[in-house]
Order: sequence, then C-alpha cells, then structure tokens
Amino acid sequence: MSVWLWIVAVLAALLGLGWAGRALGRLSGRRRFRDMSLAEAFGWALALAALLGAAWLWTRPGAVYFRWALIGFAISAVAAFVFRLLGRHLGPERLRKQFRKMPLTAAFGILVIIIYAVVAIFAGWIAPHGQEAVLGAANVVPGGDPAMGGDPAFPLGTDRIGRDILSRLIYGAQNTVGLAFATTLLAFFLGGTLGLLAAVVGGWLDQLLSRGVDVLMAIPSLIFALLLLTIASVWAEGARGWLTFYMVVIIAVIDSTRVFRLARSVGIGIVVMDYVEAAKLRGEGMGHLVFREILPNAMAPLLAEFGLRFCFVFLTIASLSFLGVGIQPPLADWGTMVRDLAQFINFAAFAPMVALAPLLPALAIALLTVGVNFVVDWMLHRASGLKS
Amino acid sequence: MTPLLEIRDLWIEGRSDEEWHPIVEGVDLTLGRGEVLGLIGESGAGKSTLGLAAMGYARDGVRISGGSVRFDGMDLLRASTEQKRSLLGRRIAYVAQSAAASFNPAHKLIDQHVEAPVRHGIRDRGESVADAVELYEKLRLPDPDRIGFRYPHQVSGGQLQRMMTAMAMSCRPDLIIFDEPTTALDVTTQIEVLAAIRDIVDQFGTSAIYITHDLAVVAQMADRIKVLLSGREVETAPTREMLTHPREEYTKSLWAVRGFHRPEKPAPAPGDTPILSVEGVTAAYGRQTVLEEISFDIHPGRTVAVVGESGSGKSTTARVITGLLPPRSGTVRFEGEALPAGYRQRGKDQLRQIQMIYQMADTALNPRQSVAQIIGRPVRFYRGLRGRALRARVDELMEQIELDPATFRDRLPGELSGGQKQRVGIARALAAEPRLIICDEVTSALDQIVAEGILRLLARLQDELGLSYMFITHDLATVKAIADEVVVMQSGRVIEQGAKTAMFTPPHHPYTDLLLSSVPEMDPDWLDRLLAERGVEGLGEAATDRM
Amino acid sequence: MRWAAAMRGRSSAARRKVKAARLYSYPHIANLKAIKRVRKCTVLARSGHRGVSGGLGSVIRIVLQRLGFGLLTLLIVSMVIFGAVNLLPGDFAQAVLGQSATPEAVAAIRTQLGLDQPLPIRYVAWLRDAARGDLGVSFAQANFASFTGRVDPSATVLAQIAPRFANTMFLAGVTAVIAVPLAVGLGILAALWRDTAFDKGANIATLSSISSPEFFLAYILILLLAVVNPVLPSLSNIFPGMSFGERLERTLLPALTLTLVVTAHMMRMTRAAILNLMAQPYIEMARLKGMRPFRVIWRHALPNALAPIVNVVALNLAYLVTGVVVVEVVFVYPGIGQLFVDSVKLRDIPVVQACCLIFAAAYILLNLTADILSIVSNPRLRHPK
Repeated sequence: MSVWLWIVAVLAALLGLGWAGRALGRLSGRRRFRDMSLAEAFGWALALAALLGAAWLWTRPGAVYFRWALIGFAISAVAAFVFRLLGRHLGPERLRKQFRKMPLTAAFGILVIIIYAVVAIFAGWIAPHGQEAVLGAANVVPGGDPAMGGDPAFPLGTDRIGRDILSRLIYGAQNTVGLAFATTLLAFFLGGTLGLLAAVVGGWLDQLLSRGVDVLMAIPSLIFALLLLTIASVWAEGARGWLTFYMVVIIAVIDSTRVFRLARSVGIGIVVMDYVEAAKLRGEGMGHLVFREILPNAMAPLLAEFGLRFCFVFLTIASLSFLGVGIQPPLADWGTMVRDLAQFINFAAFAPMVALAPLLPALAIALLTVGVNFVVDWMLHRASGLKS
Repeated sequence: MTPLLEIRDLWIEGRSDEEWHPIVEGVDLTLGRGEVLGLIGESGAGKSTLGLAAMGYARDGVRISGGSVRFDGMDLLRASTEQKRSLLGRRIAYVAQSAAASFNPAHKLIDQHVEAPVRHGIRDRGESVADAVELYEKLRLPDPDRIGFRYPHQVSGGQLQRMMTAMAMSCRPDLIIFDEPTTALDVTTQIEVLAAIRDIVDQFGTSAIYITHDLAVVAQMADRIKVLLSGREVETAPTREMLTHPREEYTKSLWAVRGFHRPEKPAPAPGDTPILSVEGVTAAYGRQTVLEEISFDIHPGRTVAVVGESGSGKSTTARVITGLLPPRSGTVRFEGEALPAGYRQRGKDQLRQIQMIYQMADTALNPRQSVAQIIGRPVRFYRGLRGRALRARVDELMEQIELDPATFRDRLPGELSGGQKQRVGIARALAAEPRLIICDEVTSALDQIVAEGILRLLARLQDELGLSYMFITHDLATVKAIADEVVVMQSGRVIEQGAKTAMFTPPHHPYTDLLLSSVPEMDPDWLDRLLAERGVEGLGEAATDRM
Repeated sequence: MRWAAAMRGRSSAARRKVKAARLYSYPHIANLKAIKRVRKCTVLARSGHRGVSGGLGSVIRIVLQRLGFGLLTLLIVSMVIFGAVNLLPGDFAQAVLGQSATPEAVAAIRTQLGLDQPLPIRYVAWLRDAARGDLGVSFAQANFASFTGRVDPSATVLAQIAPRFANTMFLAGVTAVIAVPLAVGLGILAALWRDTAFDKGANIATLSSISSPEFFLAYILILLLAVVNPVLPSLSNIFPGMSFGERLERTLLPALTLTLVVTAHMMRMTRAAILNLMAQPYIEMARLKGMRPFRVIWRHALPNALAPIVNVVALNLAYLVTGVVVVEVVFVYPGIGQLFVDSVKLRDIPVVQACCLIFAAAYILLNLTADILSIVSNPRLRHPK
C-alpha cells in the first residue's frame, strides 16, 4: 500500500510544481503562460521529472541495460536520419519527393526492412558458419572478450551445443522472415481473392463465405493454430519438414479470414461507387470489373494490410516456435533460439553480456515488426490525410 | 458609436499536406448593432472559417495568422481564453449547419438549452426552462412546453434547427453567427425555419452574420450582403442595391445564373411512340415499398424533369429504368419494346441506348483511370474502335464537352475541377451514343456558375444530337431552366405531371403548390409576401416536418 | 471541402455513396477489425439503428438476438473443434498410442472413447458430456489406464483443468485491474494532447510494444525485475493454500508483461475513439457555448465515450485470452495456457479440445459483451421516439 501512497504523493508534488511553474511564468506576462491550462503545466512538470530521472539513472553504475537501450535508440535515430538525408538527395526525383515528407519513424522502418531483406537473401554469404554446424566450444559468452569467457571467433558466443549464435541469427532471418513472408502471401492470395469475389458477386456466395469466416474468427487465432498443429503433428508422424509446411498452411488459412474481411469491406466500398455501377450498366464482364475498376482502387488499403498481416503472421510463427511447435530444427529460427537460450538470462547479474544471447533473437523479431508497423502507420496516415 | 464587430485585414490559414495555405486573405468586415450581414460565396470561399473567426475561434488545423477581430471594443485575437470563454454563448452565439449533429445525443434538448445561461450565471435553471418554453413558442415549435424534454433524435430536422436558434438566443446575445442553417433542409421545411429565424432576430434586435451559398435565401435575411471569392472580398452592398445593381463581374455572373432559360419545345405529336415509357412501376427495397404505380413517358428529343424532395423516390425510379432494381410490378418500355427487368438480362445495344450521368462526379469517375481511358472505354466496348480511330473519337468527344484534348487527355480525375469532372462524366455517357441520358442531380453538387455551364452544355448537346433527357432534381430553378415536361413526385408516387408552362401556372395540386411557392426568389420581399399569403397559421400547418 | 459539397447534395443515393467513400479512410492501427467496431459504435450512437422504433422492448429484443447469435456461434465453433480433430486419417487411437502399442490397448481405448460409434453420435455425446462438465479423460491417463485397467477419478480432463482455469482467471484479473485504468487514462491523455511530444512518444512506445513478441517483453522484465534487481520472482510457482499476498507477488511479473501488451493496444484504440468523438460537431458546439474544457469533456464527451471505451476494454480482454498462453509458458505459471501447450506437445487431444473450447467460449463471451454494451448504451435505443 505504501507504494500507492508514494505514487500519489509524487503526482501531487508534480502538480504543485506545475502550478508553481505556471504562476512564476505568469509574472513574465507572456500569453503562453496566461492561457496555459493546469493539465498542460502538469504535463511539463512530468516531462521535467522524467528527464531528471533518466539523467540520474544514466549515472548509476548498475543501469547497464538502460544505457545500452538509450545508446541503441540514439544510434537508430541517427541511422534513420542519415538514411532519410541520403534518400532526399540521391535517386530519382519521385523517390526523393517521397523522402521529403517522410517522418523519421518511417525512414527507420524502411531502413530496417532493407537491411533484413539483404541479410535474409545473402545469409549464405554473410554468415561465418553454417546454421547447423556444431563448432566445439559450447556456452561461449557473447562479447568476444576472453577474460569474461568469450571468444573473438564467436562475437555473439555459442549455444549449449556449440553452434555459433551470430550465424544462426543470420540464417534465422532467412528462415523466419522467409516463412512468414510466404505465409502472408498465401493468406493474401486466399483471403484477397475470396473477399473481392464476395464483394462483387454478393448474394448467397457472400453470405456463405462471410458466415463461415465469422465462425472461424470466433476462435482466437493462436489457439486455433495450436489445435490444428496438434492434429497436423499426428498427421506428419514426426516428419519435421512436413510439420513446418503444415504450419505455414494452417496459419495462412487462419489469417486469410482477416484478409477476407478487409478485402470484402474495401471491395464493397468500391462496388457501390458510381463508376463501378456505370461499368456494370455498360455490360462489362466480371474480369473487367475486378481487374480494371476495383483492384487498382483497392491496392493501397490492401498493401497496408499486407504489412500488418505480415507482422501478425511473423509474431504468430515466432510464438509457435517459441512454444516448440512451430518451425522445426535443424532450421535456425529466432523463436526457437529464444527458447533454447532462455536460461542464460539468469546469469546476467554476473555478466551483463550473457543476457544478450536470448534477447538478441527476440530483439531481431521486435525490430522488424516495429519497422514494418512504422511504415504501415505512415502509409495509413498519409492515405487518411489525402481523403480528408 | 463603435460598431459591434469590426474585423480588419484578417488572414486565416489552413493546414493540408503539412503545409499552411491561406483560406481567408485580408478580409475587412464591419457589423453595426442590430444589423444582419449576409455572407455569400461558393464552397471553399472561406465563409464558415470567417464566421468562426468572428467568434475568435479557429478549428483544428486552422490558424488565424494576422489582422484583428474587435467585438464591442475587445480584441478577440489578443484576449485571454478566459475572457473569450465568457463572451462565447453569452454575447456571441453560433447556429451550426447540421442541427442533428450539433446537439449532444446523450442529453435532453432542454438541458443543452439551459447550459449556457446557467453556466454563465445569467439565470438559474428554473428561469431558464421557463424562458426556453417562451422562446420555443416564439419560434412556433409544436408543443413548446414539452418538446424540450425530448432527446435530439426524437425531433425532426427542421424543428431541431429552430431549437438550436432558440438555444443561441438563450442568453440574448448581441451577435449570432448562422452558418448555413437551412442548407440541409428540404425547401418546404426551409421556409418555416427562415421565417422563424428572421422573426426572432428582428424581435430582439440581435445582430447576425448569415452565411449561405444561396442568394435567394440571403436576400430574405440580410440588410447587407458581402460576397466572398476564394478568401477575398468581392464586394459589399445593401441587399436591394446588390440585387439590382451588382458592380463586380463576378457578382453579376452569380446573379445571371438564374437567368438561363430555355424555351419549351413544342408538344410531341399525339401518335408518337415515346422513347421511354414507365408503366405502372411499383418497386421496393426489401419490405419497404419505395415506388407505387409510377407512370410517365419521355418523348424523343425532350427533357423530362422528375422533381421531388429527398425520399420521394426520384433516384429509385432511375435505378428501375436502368435495371439495377428490378420492379415488383409494371414495365419499362424503350421505343415501345419492353425492357428486361434486370440489367444483366439486357442486350449490349439495349444497355447502350440508356446512359447515366451522376450527381457526385468524384465517385462517378474511376480515380485510377485517365480521362482518355474513361471516355475511351465505352467507345471501345460498344464500337470496337482501337488505336488511332479510338484516339480520334475520344478527342472529338472531348471537344464536344469543351475540354481541350491535348491538355486533359492524360489527366486523372483527381487533377480536374468539379465542373471538369462532370463534363468527363457527360462525355462518357455520350461515348456510348445513347438515345436517352438520365441525369441524376447532375448540378446539385456544383457551384452555381459551374452548374449553369453544365446546363448550357447539356442543352446544346440535346440540340445537336437529338438526345432525350430524364432530369432528376430537387431544384426547381433547374427545372425552370431546362425542362420541357415535369413529373412531381412525393413519397413514391407521381403527384402531378405535364408540360412545364402548364405546371408553373396555377391551379396546382396542393403539394406542387407548396413545393413551388417554397422556392426562394431573388426578391427581398418574397418571404414577406409568401407569409402574408399563407398566413402565420398556414405556416404552422406546413410544419408537418418529415424526418 | 469535398464533404461539404457532398453533403449539400440531398438525394439519399448521394449519402449512401458518401458513406461508402468514407470506408477508405480507415484508421491506422494494428487491430483494424476491432477499431472498426469501435467506430461503428460511435457512429451508431450518432445515427442509431435505422428502422428500429420499438421501446425498451426493442433493446431487449436486440440483446436477446445477439445472445442467441453468440450461442449459435459457440455451437458451430464446438462443431469445428470436434470436426477438426476427427479429420485425422486412419485409426485415431493407433495414431495416438504409436506403433508400439499392443492391440489390446488400442481396442480398450477405442471402446472407452467410443471411437467405434459414428461421428454425429460421438459429437452429440461429447457435447452433452461437456455441457454437464464432463470433458472426458485425457489420453495420457487413458493410456495409463489401458495397462492398469482402472481409471483414476481425479485424472479427468475437468479435474486437470479446473484449478488451472482459476489460476488463469486470477492472472487475467490482476492484469485487467492494472491495465484498464492505465490504458484508458493514457489513451484519453494522448487524444487530448494530440500531436504533442507526449502523443508522439506514446505512439512510438505503443507501436513498439504491440510489435514485440510477448516473450521478448517477458524476458526483459525478468532481466530487469528478477535478475538484475531481484524484487520479484521470475518463476510463478503457485500452489493451493498460498496466501493472497504471496500469490499476488508471484503473479505480478506475468501480469505486468500482459499489461504492457494489452495497454498498448487498448491505449491506441481509446485514443482513436476519443479523437473520433472530439471531432463531433456537438463538441465544437459546447466549446462555442463558452463551456470550460473540463465541462466539455466531462459533460459532453464522456457520456458518449463510454460506449466506445467499454467496447475497447472488452475487446482487449478478449485479446488477453491469446496472450496468456505464451506468457504462462515463459513464467511456468500453472494456468490453462500452459496445460494447453503441454497437451499440444503430448498430442493429448481431449485436453486440447477442452482447452480450445474454453478459450473460444471466453473469447466469444467477451466479444458478445462488447457488442451488447454498445447497444445498451445507445441513447437512441434507450429513448425511442
């Protein structure tokens, strides 16, 4: 209970600080202070407190991770800034125009996506070792410092059976991202086609598909995926390659219901437009309606949805792998790596670097989804800005 | 004596695409006590923004960047929020365009009414309620004792608009800003609201700024009129002077729109086959019948205007004719031959003969296709032209609609103005070489000058190509301008039909009469005359607002 | 500007199209479907159900209709779950026990589970038993019983699930108590302080939180709060007979993890709902009547915000259902999610079926609650003409 008292006391103190600050500011007679609400003054006091708190934490010797996080954040911001600067001055005019109005978050997202794509495609060339290669030295600590139990040959250390973590991270980009991408494509092909079809044809077909999708969506997707994977595992009879394949199909089918919903509603939004009505009354066939009139106008929202779906699929696959029922070994993938390396975290109190081993693959997952989300956020923001 | 409101060199900017663009550019405005100033202009002229700025208020994404707004000697742009707040609602009040959206759905009307006087400490709640009832009575609202205790959605649109006026009056302000208060209403409802607003403003000697795009309306309400064009003032003059002797070219052109008049064509020979006849059509959406026993003919080369208020079934009639909504009973004949009910069953040639032009040019053109693609598609589809022949035909069509092919061929609809889009819509209909074109409210989303241009174009095309038009509209001025015959509809039935001149001379069906007499005229005395004719009691009767 | 011109057109067809055109400008947020529902419910509050004219009776009728629909959905979902399991080719019992099982064991399981009956009869029997609380016997136990010849009465699926279900509810409850006030408060602040540094920071923070897998957040919390600064236990071993305080302490870390995820979602949705609300003309009207900002929010925004916010909360509690699985595994929390994952790995189909049914029921129920609350809070329905 005393914790709550403390919180209340701190908030009250901040409120007092805000009030006093505003009163002080009003002495100067500036309009800004005169029209400032107490809530805003409180906000400024809060910001000041947060800033001071962060500065204090920075100087504490124990706050290693806080410093790392701040440095990481700063590096990301600078990288995004430089990338945007480059984009504004290099390349064709159309691209430069895009970069000019881009927020920093979106630039960061694009940079991340490009880096991941390069790493995934050229994993075989970049990675120093094979993803399955067992290299002898097990449990090497990340950091490459022999005094701390590291080894310069393995900058990020090795896992329990002596596989190079850096190489597995790089191959993980190929496996995890590649599979998620394929799954999303499949989900879009299924859901997008059926959704647009339901919108254009309407009537009983629409009713049938929509009700079916309603039922499938009434089951939480991760739960449904787990149920179907159980069955698939009986089916696959222990063949691991097949299990991974089933997982892709299962997640694609489950996710296609969400795509269906969106494609249908976007499609219906377009079908009621007068230009589609005009095309129908002209006597145009289904092909012309879908490919010439509807699809070009549905592209923008569908593309944004693709980004969001990809994130969702990617996280689902990572979660399933983490639970041990997703991507199967010997393929290196980030979810499984987190699970395998998890107990290293308990030694972080002795050597901060050790905690990196399980956190890096998790961070790799988070970074990509954050990047994609930033880009999608920007796209949607731009689209809604254009309409209003 | 100082004027009540004095705006000097006001600049207002709006943000779009992360940049600030001027909306109002250096406007001056002076309003005396007890004076009503009409503010007119087309959409995007900055009228509403200016009206709100007169209250010292700017919406999100809008900022006042320069000038001064003095209300009774106080500079609103430099006043503190507290000072401004004590003026708003108490000495300056606002009446918004959409009453239905501007009343809070969660509270009773009376609670919203008394909020301003109680909060500003003018009257206590009991007195405020009594005062509200009195105001409701003055505004001729039915059942003034109890209407306030309803929720907004339980009251019709015209009544809500009057209740909002009552709410604005609740503190007896010095100034009321009316922002297009009757634009969302049907013509017959509009009259009552106009009369009520004018009476109460007169009675309390309130100053007002009346914002509208409708000249005839502003002529009834205002002592002086100020004309705005893209954020700048064109001219200001007393109402009568402005109506009779407009100085500026732009103002003259605004006034001239109503001048377009096309002589009625001679009646068709009795034995002629009509190009289209609608015979006893009844149609329904689900269980709700929307058309009942509709019959009328359209003869070759003539224009039939279908008139009625919203919900009368005009657009549904068009949907039945084009085959989008198969009727429950009755037939549609084209040149004497019955058309299949659904458009899917109709042949390519049957489809080609009847084309449509839509109200909203924005949604009528595919935003991803160029002008040439949009116009070219029907040419290719029906006549099979390709390559150079197609291009030549598209250019020819574009010249017919007075758009320069070289400039506009490759533009997307987003790069065209409203009037240009509507012209492209017309060209697409022409490209099919139809006999009949259905025009669904084609001018009602356009500004008046642009609308007139479209009407002239349609008239010229009719003369050149011998087209027949079915012209759906709620605007009787348009009917007067272009129609040969008129069909009046009300709640799914045809009330009256006949030749235009006959329709515009009495005797009429009572509804036609109401409809015709409710159209505001460009005469400051029109409302007085009309009210005298109908008598105030008659007005109460007409208050059978439909939602 | 365009809308102004559009709204001037009066034909109903035009309005229909305007509505259609609005579909494009959908809000930018991860959970599209949910936010659309929130939107719909604010729109609903504005426009009301068309054609609904009855009194309180009509509210009850609509609510009953929704309840009936929810039940129907649950029934169909149960069919899907049952059907999916029975899609398995070949002999179910053989597949489960593996090739090394004796024919007697297989036969015993077949009769015991009623696998020799036709599919519809098995479904009805399963559903009847499930409704009575009998969720069958787990395979692991059945396998054991086939050798020993007797079934341990404490080894039914129900006996396995019941205590874990209570634990999961406890975890979800703790999470909700922390997350709901936090998220709604922060969401409202972000909406009121739109486009300020706070709003932008919140946008980045919530997007990052939504984008991170649950186990990432979980391990970061473990690292910070259990390993580097040992204030909370990293393993949530909960057993019967524990004091409430102890239980709470061990539940706190998983609850905090879930809070991070759910708060981010909930906050974004609350912000969107409030922004949508603050753009309503009646809010501008209240300001133009000279009302104080506090009164505008308290008296004019809040009564209308209740429906969308309640909706947001219910939807996010439904989301907890999914999030709980991974978090329970990370913290070895003895809840239903962990049991579920273990059973998936063991291919213990009766347990998987039962867990799946429970999760789906909770999810449907919460969505249904969201739906019904938004209907009940609509003034147009509560005060008919």
